Amino acid sequence: MATGIWLDRLRELIDQGAQVVEVLPADDYAPVHLPCALNLPLRELDEQAVTVLDRKRPIVVYCWDSL
Amino acid sequence: MSGKVDWLAHNLEVEGANTDAPTVGRVMRDDVVRCAPTDRAADVRESIECSVYPFGLVTSEDGTLLGRIPASTLYASPEEPVGDLAEPGPKTFRPHTSVEKVASVLTEKDLRWAIVTTAEGRLLGVASREDLE
Repeated sequence: MATGIWLDRLRELIDQGAQVVEVLPADDYAPVHLPCALNLPLRELDEQAVTVLDRKRPIVVYCWDSL
Repeated sequence: MSGKVDWLAHNLEVEGANTDAPTVGRVMRDDVVRCAPTDRAADVRESIECSVYPFGLVTSEDGTLLGRIPASTLYASPEEPVGDLAEPGPKTFRPHTSVEKVASVLTEKDLRWAIVTTAEGRLLGVASREDLE
Protein backbone atom coordinates (compact mmCIF):
# COMPACT_ATOMS: atom_id res chain seq x y z
CA MET A 1 0.00 0.00 0.00
CA ALA A 2 1.38 3.44 -0.91
CA THR A 3 1.64 6.12 1.77
CA GLY A 4 3.16 9.57 1.78
CA ILE A 5 6.19 10.09 4.03
CA TRP A 6 8.41 12.91 5.22
CA LEU A 7 12.15 13.34 5.06
CA ASP A 8 12.92 11.80 8.47
CA ARG A 9 11.06 8.62 7.56
CA LEU A 10 12.80 8.49 4.19
CA ARG A 11 16.19 8.55 5.87
CA GLU A 12 15.11 5.73 8.19
CA LEU A 13 13.91 3.66 5.25
CA ILE A 14 17.14 4.26 3.30
CA ASP A 15 19.13 3.13 6.35
CA GLN A 16 16.96 0.00 6.43
CA GLY A 17 17.75 -0.80 2.80
CA ALA A 18 14.72 0.60 1.02
CA GLN A 19 14.83 0.93 -2.76
CA VAL A 20 14.63 4.56 -3.81
CA VAL A 21 13.15 5.42 -7.20
CA GLU A 22 13.12 8.79 -8.91
CA VAL A 23 10.23 8.97 -11.37
CA LEU A 24 11.31 12.22 -13.01
CA PRO A 25 12.64 12.22 -16.59
CA ALA A 26 16.26 11.20 -17.10
CA ASP A 27 17.23 14.85 -17.78
CA ASP A 28 16.15 15.73 -14.24
CA TYR A 29 17.67 12.62 -12.69
CA ALA A 30 21.13 12.75 -14.26
CA PRO A 31 22.43 16.06 -12.83
CA VAL A 32 21.54 15.31 -9.23
CA HIS A 33 19.54 12.67 -7.39
CA LEU A 34 19.27 10.98 -4.02
CA PRO A 35 22.04 8.54 -3.13
CA CYS A 36 21.54 5.11 -4.73
CA ALA A 37 18.27 6.20 -6.36
CA LEU A 38 17.18 4.35 -9.50
CA ASN A 39 15.59 6.27 -12.34
CA LEU A 40 12.29 4.87 -13.56
CA PRO A 41 10.51 7.74 -15.29
CA LEU A 42 6.76 7.66 -14.79
CA ARG A 43 6.10 6.59 -18.39
CA GLU A 44 8.32 3.55 -17.93
CA LEU A 45 7.40 2.77 -14.35
CA ASP A 46 4.71 0.15 -14.98
CA GLU A 47 6.81 -1.62 -17.58
CA GLN A 48 10.10 -1.73 -15.65
CA ALA A 49 9.07 -1.88 -11.99
CA VAL A 50 8.31 -5.59 -12.03
CA THR A 51 11.71 -6.56 -13.39
CA VAL A 52 13.91 -3.95 -11.70
CA LEU A 53 12.48 -3.70 -8.18
CA ASP A 54 12.48 -6.23 -5.37
CA ARG A 55 8.95 -6.74 -4.05
CA LYS A 56 10.26 -7.90 -0.68
CA ARG A 57 11.96 -4.61 0.22
CA PRO A 58 10.31 -1.24 0.85
CA ILE A 59 10.17 1.03 -2.19
CA VAL A 60 10.26 4.82 -1.94
CA VAL A 61 9.15 6.68 -5.04
CA TYR A 62 9.81 10.39 -5.32
CA CYS A 63 9.39 13.33 -7.67
CA TRP A 64 10.28 16.99 -7.19
CA ASP A 65 7.87 17.73 -4.36
CA SER A 66 6.48 14.44 -3.13
CA LEU A 67 7.62 11.17 -1.54
CA MET B 1 5.21 15.14 2.16
CA SER B 2 8.60 16.20 0.98
CA GLY B 3 10.38 15.37 -2.27
CA LYS B 4 13.62 15.90 -4.14
CA VAL B 5 13.43 19.64 -3.56
CA ASP B 6 13.24 19.09 0.19
CA TRP B 7 16.20 16.70 0.15
CA LEU B 8 18.30 19.24 -1.74
CA ALA B 9 17.09 22.04 0.51
CA HIS B 10 18.48 20.22 3.54
CA ASN B 11 21.90 20.07 1.91
CA LEU B 12 21.95 16.28 2.18
CA GLU B 13 24.25 13.98 0.24
CA VAL B 14 23.44 13.60 -3.46
CA GLU B 15 24.76 11.77 -6.48
CA GLY B 16 24.83 12.71 -10.16
CA ALA B 17 26.75 14.53 -12.86
CA ASN B 18 26.35 18.02 -11.37
CA THR B 19 27.03 17.41 -7.69
CA ASP B 20 30.20 19.52 -7.83
CA ALA B 21 28.34 22.60 -9.05
CA PRO B 22 28.84 25.38 -6.49
CA THR B 23 25.74 26.08 -4.45
CA VAL B 24 25.07 28.68 -1.81
CA GLY B 25 24.79 25.88 0.75
CA ARG B 26 28.43 25.04 0.19
CA VAL B 27 29.77 28.56 0.67
CA MET B 28 27.47 29.85 3.41
CA ARG B 29 28.72 30.43 6.95
CA ASP B 30 26.84 29.78 10.16
CA ASP B 31 28.41 32.40 12.41
CA VAL B 32 25.69 35.05 12.11
CA VAL B 33 24.19 36.27 15.40
CA ARG B 34 20.98 34.39 16.19
CA CYS B 35 18.60 35.65 18.81
CA ALA B 36 15.20 34.88 20.25
CA PRO B 37 12.30 37.32 19.81
CA THR B 38 12.32 38.00 23.55
CA ASP B 39 16.01 38.97 23.75
CA ARG B 40 16.77 42.57 24.77
CA ALA B 41 17.84 44.87 21.96
CA ALA B 42 20.90 46.06 23.92
CA ASP B 43 22.15 42.49 24.40
CA VAL B 44 21.69 41.61 20.75
CA ARG B 45 23.37 44.83 19.65
CA GLU B 46 26.41 43.92 21.73
CA SER B 47 26.61 40.50 20.04
CA ILE B 48 26.22 42.01 16.58
CA GLU B 49 28.97 44.54 17.27
CA CYS B 50 31.32 41.64 18.04
CA SER B 51 30.42 39.84 14.78
CA VAL B 52 31.38 40.46 11.15
CA TYR B 53 27.75 41.10 10.21
CA PRO B 54 25.82 44.38 10.50
CA PHE B 55 22.67 42.49 11.51
CA GLY B 56 21.35 39.56 13.50
CA LEU B 57 18.64 37.03 12.73
CA VAL B 58 15.67 36.34 14.96
CA THR B 59 14.68 32.69 15.16
CA SER B 60 12.14 30.61 17.03
CA GLU B 61 13.14 27.81 19.40
CA ASP B 62 13.23 25.29 16.56
CA GLY B 63 15.47 27.52 14.45
CA THR B 64 12.81 28.90 12.14
CA LEU B 65 13.77 32.31 10.79
CA LEU B 66 11.39 35.00 12.02
CA GLY B 67 13.11 38.19 10.94
CA ARG B 68 16.23 40.22 10.36
CA ILE B 69 17.42 42.81 12.84
CA PRO B 70 19.89 45.44 11.59
CA ALA B 71 22.25 46.73 14.30
CA SER B 72 21.25 50.29 13.44
CA THR B 73 17.67 49.70 14.64
CA LEU B 74 18.79 48.55 18.09
CA TYR B 75 20.20 51.83 19.42
CA ALA B 76 16.95 53.72 19.89
CA SER B 77 15.13 51.12 22.01
CA PRO B 78 17.69 49.18 24.06
CA GLU B 79 15.10 47.60 26.35
CA GLU B 80 12.71 46.47 23.60
CA PRO B 81 12.52 42.78 22.71
CA VAL B 82 14.09 42.31 19.29
CA GLY B 83 11.00 40.49 18.09
CA ASP B 84 9.23 43.87 18.09
CA LEU B 85 11.99 45.55 16.12
CA ALA B 86 12.90 42.91 13.53
CA GLU B 87 12.11 43.18 9.83
CA PRO B 88 9.83 40.19 9.14
CA GLY B 89 10.08 38.02 6.02
CA PRO B 90 13.57 38.72 4.71
CA LYS B 91 14.50 37.34 1.31
CA THR B 92 15.87 33.79 1.70
CA PHE B 93 17.46 31.12 -0.50
CA ARG B 94 17.51 27.33 -0.39
CA PRO B 95 21.00 25.80 -0.02
CA HIS B 96 20.91 23.96 -3.36
CA THR B 97 20.51 27.20 -5.33
CA SER B 98 23.55 27.89 -7.50
CA VAL B 99 25.91 30.65 -6.40
CA GLU B 100 25.44 32.22 -9.82
CA LYS B 101 21.67 32.48 -9.34
CA VAL B 102 21.99 33.82 -5.79
CA ALA B 103 24.57 36.41 -6.84
CA SER B 104 22.27 37.52 -9.64
CA VAL B 105 19.31 37.98 -7.28
CA LEU B 106 21.44 39.87 -4.73
CA THR B 107 22.57 42.25 -7.45
CA GLU B 108 19.06 42.65 -8.83
CA LYS B 109 17.60 43.42 -5.40
CA ASP B 110 20.61 45.41 -4.23
CA LEU B 111 21.28 43.08 -1.30
CA ARG B 112 24.68 42.29 0.17
CA TRP B 113 23.84 39.14 2.11
CA ALA B 114 22.03 35.92 1.23
CA ILE B 115 20.15 34.27 4.09
CA VAL B 116 19.91 30.51 3.59
CA THR B 117 17.09 28.41 5.04
CA THR B 118 15.53 25.00 4.54
CA ALA B 119 12.25 24.74 2.66
CA GLU B 120 10.51 24.84 6.06
CA GLY B 121 12.24 28.10 6.92
CA ARG B 122 14.88 26.87 9.33
CA LEU B 123 17.95 29.06 9.31
CA LEU B 124 21.08 27.38 7.93
CA GLY B 125 23.50 30.24 7.38
CA VAL B 126 24.46 33.38 5.55
CA ALA B 127 26.62 34.12 2.50
CA SER B 128 27.95 37.48 1.40
CA ARG B 129 28.35 38.62 -2.18
CA GLU B 130 32.08 38.08 -1.74
CA ASP B 131 31.46 34.48 -0.62
CA LEU B 132 29.65 33.88 -3.92
CA GLU B 133 32.46 35.13 -6.18
